[in-house]
Order: sequence, then structure tokens, then C-alpha cells
Amino acid sequence: METLMILLIGVLVSVATYLVLSRNVIRVILGTAVLSHAVHLLILTIGEVKKGEAPLLGNQTADGPYTDALPQALILTAIVISFAVTAFVLVLAFRAYKTNGTDDLEKLRGDEYD
Amino acid sequence: MTIHLAIILPLLMAALIPFIYKLFTKIKIGWLVLLVPVTVFILLARFIPLISSGETRTYTYEWMPSLGINFTTYLDGLSMIFGLLISGVGALVVLYSIFYLSTKEALHNFYCYLLLFMGAMLGVVFSDNLMVLYAFWELTSVSSFLLIAFWHHRRASKAGARKSMLITVSGGIAMLAGFIMLHAMTDSFSIREIIAEMPALTNESLFIPAMICVLLGAFTKSAQFPFHIWLPDAMEAPTPVSAYLHSATMVKAGIYVVARLTPVFAYDLTWFWTVTIVGLITLFWGSFNAVKQTDLKALLAFSTVSQLGLIMSLFGMGSLAFHVDIDASTIIYTQAAFAALFHLMNHSTFKGALFMMVGIIDHEAGTRDIRRLGGLMTIMPATFTIAVIGSMSMAGLPPFNGFLSKEMFLTSALKVAEFDIFTLSSATALVPVIAWVASVFTFIYCMIIIFKTFFGTTEKLPQDRHIHEAPIGMLISPFVLVFFVIAIFFFPNVLAKYILAPAMLSVYPGLASMTDMTPHVYAWHGFNTELWMTIGVVVFGFVLYATLSKWRNIYNTIPAQFTLNNAFNRVLAEGENVSSFITKLYMTGSLRHYSLYMYGFLILVVGSYFAFSDTFRFSMENNAEIHVYEVLLVLVMAVAAVAMLFAKSCVTATVLNGVVGFGISLFFVIFRAPDLALTQLIVESVTTVLFLLCFTYLPTWKPEKTSHRQKMTNATISILVGLLVVAVSLSVLYFNEFKTISSFFENAYELAGGKNIVNTILGDFRAFDTMLEVVVLCIAGIGVYTMIKFRTKKGDDRHEN
Repeated sequence: METLMILLIGVLVSVATYLVLSRNVIRVILGTAVLSHAVHLLILTIGEVKKGEAPLLGNQTADGPYTDALPQALILTAIVISFAVTAFVLVLAFRAYKTNGTDDLEKLRGDEYD
Repeated sequence: MTIHLAIILPLLMAALIPFIYKLFTKIKIGWLVLLVPVTVFILLARFIPLISSGETRTYTYEWMPSLGINFTTYLDGLSMIFGLLISGVGALVVLYSIFYLSTKEALHNFYCYLLLFMGAMLGVVFSDNLMVLYAFWELTSVSSFLLIAFWHHRRASKAGARKSMLITVSGGIAMLAGFIMLHAMTDSFSIREIIAEMPALTNESLFIPAMICVLLGAFTKSAQFPFHIWLPDAMEAPTPVSAYLHSATMVKAGIYVVARLTPVFAYDLTWFWTVTIVGLITLFWGSFNAVKQTDLKALLAFSTVSQLGLIMSLFGMGSLAFHVDIDASTIIYTQAAFAALFHLMNHSTFKGALFMMVGIIDHEAGTRDIRRLGGLMTIMPATFTIAVIGSMSMAGLPPFNGFLSKEMFLTSALKVAEFDIFTLSSATALVPVIAWVASVFTFIYCMIIIFKTFFGTTEKLPQDRHIHEAPIGMLISPFVLVFFVIAIFFFPNVLAKYILAPAMLSVYPGLASMTDMTPHVYAWHGFNTELWMTIGVVVFGFVLYATLSKWRNIYNTIPAQFTLNNAFNRVLAEGENVSSFITKLYMTGSLRHYSLYMYGFLILVVGSYFAFSDTFRFSMENNAEIHVYEVLLVLVMAVAAVAMLFAKSCVTATVLNGVVGFGISLFFVIFRAPDLALTQLIVESVTTVLFLLCFTYLPTWKPEKTSHRQKMTNATISILVGLLVVAVSLSVLYFNEFKTISSFFENAYELAGGKNIVNTILGDFRAFDTMLEVVVLCIAGIGVYTMIKFRTKKGDDRHEN
């Protein structure tokens, strides 16, 4: 299972990298979104999957062993942060488009004396 | 502790001066500042009896013991001379500046920088640790930069400050490299320990490079040829600064380092040749160029360059004493170093007085151009007295102290010429010749200072102001200095016994006893070669001065484009061009390029590590079982992700991104992470809505206009990055050295009173992380709000649609 997941992560990272290298702002932002998906999966997979119950104590059907709770806590933080950053960058792109009239990064290089 | 106090006091006062200036606007803060050098001087003077008996004092304050860097102060004869000069001349300069600078100037800045310099300079001469010495050394460069640029509205001030900074700091870095090499050889930063170990290490391969690097630092700081070009430009500083930093103290820091490290490097003859030759060239070139100057301060600057060369060459000659067996007949070779120390003191007295004299003329007449000066003798008799005494001493005439040290200099030069251990003995015969020629030019520019300024007619003087004698306050300091010029001539042996003799022990530790190395200084030696040389200097000097207009044209023989200044400017301009060219090569402003650099570097470093080391491990033994629906889910997500690359519209791409996101939340469910699944579901929904919302304001997605080659590069890089991540992840998965720490969190109920472990980690164990996460959310929220709410200024909004 872990190996399969890692292969999926590899595909996601490749796609994300390709998108980040594009000229269009939205594609770059989508790329970062896919990249954060890949990283979340990666953290969870490295922590070994399906080795126990959900990390909820006092559950009557199960009494351990539990899945590793630490990666889950990390991912939870990461999801929220990446959401905040995606929202911010999206609005930034929107604002940049309104000011400069283009969403092409190659045209947003700025001139010589900026 | 006293010596630490002496260093700290000026630095502390430098920090306080701006506040004191704000508090007491009525009084001249110079008087308050004056207390600092006077206190330091008294503190140091109390040690004179102790030091003159040949003893030393060390105090250690452990600063960075793990790196072997301690703030150890070392008080011996050599540092005493410099300490007294710094505090003594410092006090006189501050006194002078109180009357020189108008209260309208930014006095708090001026005194802050000046005190900063004073503390740094005291730090340089009292530090035993080379690293601490270096730190203070650079601080003197910085304070010198600030003081030269004090009138920063003037273009020339800024240019001069930049030039001095560039030259002295690059030399300083070379010196740092030299110090590190010394550390590599001796495993110590302490000067005393290095001196003790050094004689055995002269054959080390680092010995010569270390010497060259240290000398580069010393030569740049002490304005030796060809680095002297910064000193004349530094004359843009206010005159008290020129008198203090650029003649009496800072430019002697290089000489201090040479004197201090003589017992380290002098065992090799390279030291003798380098220091002596560079010193002599500087001596000649400085005096030769001083004659052509028309600005009195520039003239004094070149004369300072020349005199520094003289002192430097004397230390070079003095290093010969390490190559002979010291007995009664060869002790004479140490006399060069004695003359150097003696001239160092004398130069500070007469040159300080001369700078203050020029400052007075500038202050009263409004110009220091000798073409516009003349006949000031009757108008300013006191200033004239100072000028005559200072110049005569500089020219080496009795009854002034310059005569004594100049005679000793000629003696040493003649002795070196006789030195016969070299195969190239004819080369050393040139030493007295260069010394004599330079002395003739020195005599000429001294005549220029006196005659062009104070004799002749008053017609050329600026007519728009009433010129009169300077106020008494400005005359005190130069008069104190010229008093010493005369007093040292009549009682040189008092100075020799109490101040110079212990310093000889620092230059020649353990070579001979203090009394053996301290010659008795006489003003009259009978008619010997030295006296005839001096008489020759006077005669030839007068003749050449009288015929100056006839041979002045030789200064025009070097075309302007071949001067050192021009070379320096060219190098600087070319350096700027080249570096901006290189920067523009890779700083293209394109996000794609920057990302490519990062990914490329990642692949290069991590990928080549995998390729060349046997780290890749892979095993499927511990893998969990796979169900069919899981494989299907993986396939769906992979296809959705790849399809994003070919999506024709941005809505499609966003929906596909959503598919990946919801797929992940399903995996969270499968992997027993219910909290994550819930959060991911919500966040994914909101993100998708946000994307779609944004698209209504953004233009429709046009096909990428990238070339085929760029696409191929992007694809290759992407696939390589993906493979790399897979390789790293598989290896990490295989690596099982460390136990997981999460069993600790399974006591969540006892420790934090919660049954959901993930929640207790977020809300209790790592609550600070969560709090900061909320801060990040807040900042992002504020950013989003302001960007949407506030419109750009009118006129900028022309792209609104």
C-alpha cells in the first residue's frame, strides 16, 4: 500500500512541478495546490498506514494499537496553512491582473529600472 | 580591568552623546566629550612607571572561550605609546574642535563618530587576541568612513569616504585571512603565544602567504604605495578629523601591526625586503607628489604618506636585527626600530600642529589654496609660529624633535647599506640615496608651506572677509603640540627612557636588555656623514625651491590616464559593469527561470548524492495490504492529475484539482484519520469555490504560448523531480532506526484530559503552534481583505474591465 501511495505522490509532484513552471499565474497557483496535496499524503504515508485504529481513546470497539497521531496533527496544521496561502495568492493574482492587465508571468518581469 | 575600562569608556560615551545632545542644547557638548580622552590619558599615565621598568600587564575577559576568542588586553611599551598618542592627541583635537566647528553643525554625530573611533583605536592597540584586534580594526575603518563623509551633502566627501572604505576594508579582509593562517600554524589567536611559537615555524608553507596578507592590511591602512591614494581624498573630512585620524592615529594602525608582528615575521628576509622597499617607495613618492600640491591639506596628506613610509621603512630596516648575533657591535641594527618609534611620536606632534594650523587658516581666510594665500605672517603671527616650528621639525632641522629622529633615520639607512650578508649588496646601497632624495623633497614642501602662505603680498587673499588671528581656544592645542616639538629636542632621553625603551622590548622580545637597546640620543654627533647629508638637504632644497618654476613641468610628464587614481576608478567602474552583467544573466525577472534554478539545484545535489552513494533502499515487506477500491482510487487521482495538464479551460483544471483533493480526503478516511478527512473536505470545497469565484474576474484561459523546447525542458525537470521524491520517500520508508515518539501522546487522557489524540496535540501539547497558525490565517485574511477592498490610485486603474 505504501509503495503504491508513493508512486501516486510521485505523479502528483511531477504534475505540480510542471504546472509551477508554466507562464499562466493560475496554473502556477494550481500547481502549488497540487503540491500541497502531495505533501500531505506523503507525511501520512511515511508515518505508516493501516497499522491500527483511529487515534480516538475510549472507543469501545477498539482499544489500540492506534495509528500514529503525530503526522495527522502536522497535516491538519498544513492543510489550514496551505488554504490560507492559496487564498492569499489567488487574490494577489487577481489584483496583479487588474493592475497590470496580464496574467502572463513572462510579461510581469518588470522593466529595467524598476 | 583599567584597560578594559579605557576601551569601553569612549564607546559608552559614543552611545550616550546623541541623548546628552538632545538634553542639553545650550552648552557645547565638546567640553563633556573632552573629559573622555583626558580620563583615559590619566588612567594610562598612571601605568608609565610600571611599564618603563619593563613589566607588562594582561587582563582577560572570556568572550567566546569555545572559539579561543578572549578579550585579553595587553599593556606593554608599544601599546602604551599608542594609547598615550590616541588619548593625548585625542584630547587636544577635541579641545580644538570645540572652537573649530560651529554649533550649527550636527555635533552629536561628529562626537559620536569621534568617540567611536577613539574606543576602536584603543581596542586595536590593547587587544592581545588577533580576532578582537581585527574587529576593532574594521570599526576604525567604519568610523573613519563616517567622519570623512561628515559633510555628506558634498560630493567629494562621499567619494573620498567610499574610496577610503573600499581600500582599507579590502586590506582588512586580507589581514583577517592572514590572521587565520597564523591560527592554522600556531593554533592560537593570542599574539604573545604566536610570538613564542613562531621562530620554529618559518618554513611552513603558509608563512609567506600569511605575511603578505597581514602586510596588505597594514599597508592599506597606513596609506603605503600604491594604496596611498585614499589618504589625500580623505582630506574632505573636517580638519580636526584629519589631524587626529589621518595623521596622528588611525593611519599609524598599520605601523602598529607591523611593529607588533615584527617578532613573528622578521625571521624571514622577505619581511625586511617588503617592508623596507614599500616604505622607501612611499617615502619618496609621497614627498615628490607633495611638492606639486596647491591645496595645503592635500600637501600635508602627501607629506603624511611620505612620513608613514619613512616609519615603515625604519621598521623594515630594524628587522635585520633578527639576522645577526646581537652583541655590542651589532646592537646598532635595533636602532632603526628605536628611530621608528621616536619618529612616530615626533610625527604626531608636528603633523598634528601643522594640520591644526591649516585648519586655522582655512577657518579665518576661507581658503587653503596656496595660490590665493600669502603675507599672513603679520596678520596671524601666532599661527605663523606654529607653522614655522612644525615645518622645520618636519624638514629635520634643529632645534626641533624632527631633527633627532631624521638623523637617526639616516644613520640606520647608512648602516643597512653596509650590511653585507646579501648577495645583492649594491641594492642596499640605494637605501641612503633614496632617503636623501626624499629628504630634499620634504625640505622643499616645508619651504612651500612657510613661504607661500606667510610671506609675499596679501593681494591674492580673499578680499571679502576681515582676516585676523584665530581665537585663543583654537591656538591652545597646536601650541601644546609645538611645545612638545621643542621640549623633546632638548630632553629626548626622558622620552626614550620612560616611553620608548619598554616598547623596544615589545619589538625585540628577549633579543637584548632594555637598556642595551635604548641608545642615548644626542643632538650633536660631530661632523659625521649624517650631518653632512642634512646640510646637503638644506642646500639642495633651497636651490630647488628657488628654481621650482623651472622644473615644475616634470609633474606633467605622467599623462592623467596612467595615474593610480585613474586606475582605481577604472577598476571600480569595470567591476560594477561586470557584476551587473553577470547579475543580469541569471536575474531575469522570470518566475519560471527562478523555479528552474531551484529544481535544477535540487536534482543536482540530491540526485547526484543518490547516484554516487549507495543510499537507495527499497523493500515492500512491511507494506499494508491493498484493496481493489484503493487501487481504483489511486488510478482516478493519477488520471485526474495528469488530465489537469491538458485541461482546455481553467474551470476544468479546478474541478480536476478538486477531484484530487476529495480523493485525498477519502484516503484520510481509509488511513484512519477522521479529523483530517473532515477538514480536507471543507477546505477543498471552499478552495474550489474560491478558484471559481476568481475566474469570473480573470481572463479566459488561452493556450500556453511556450515553445516546444521549453515544454520539453519543463517535462524533463518535472519527471526528474517526481522520480527524486519517489526515491527519497522509499528510502525513508525503509529506514527504521528511530522509534516513533507518538506513544507519548497516547496518554492524552491523563496528560491533557482529551480522548481525541490529534485534537489534544493541536490544542494542548502543541498549542503554541496552533496559535501561530491562527496568526498566519489572520495575516492572510487581512491581506485578502485589503487587496480586494482598497483600489489602486486613480489613473493606475486603467485596466479595469
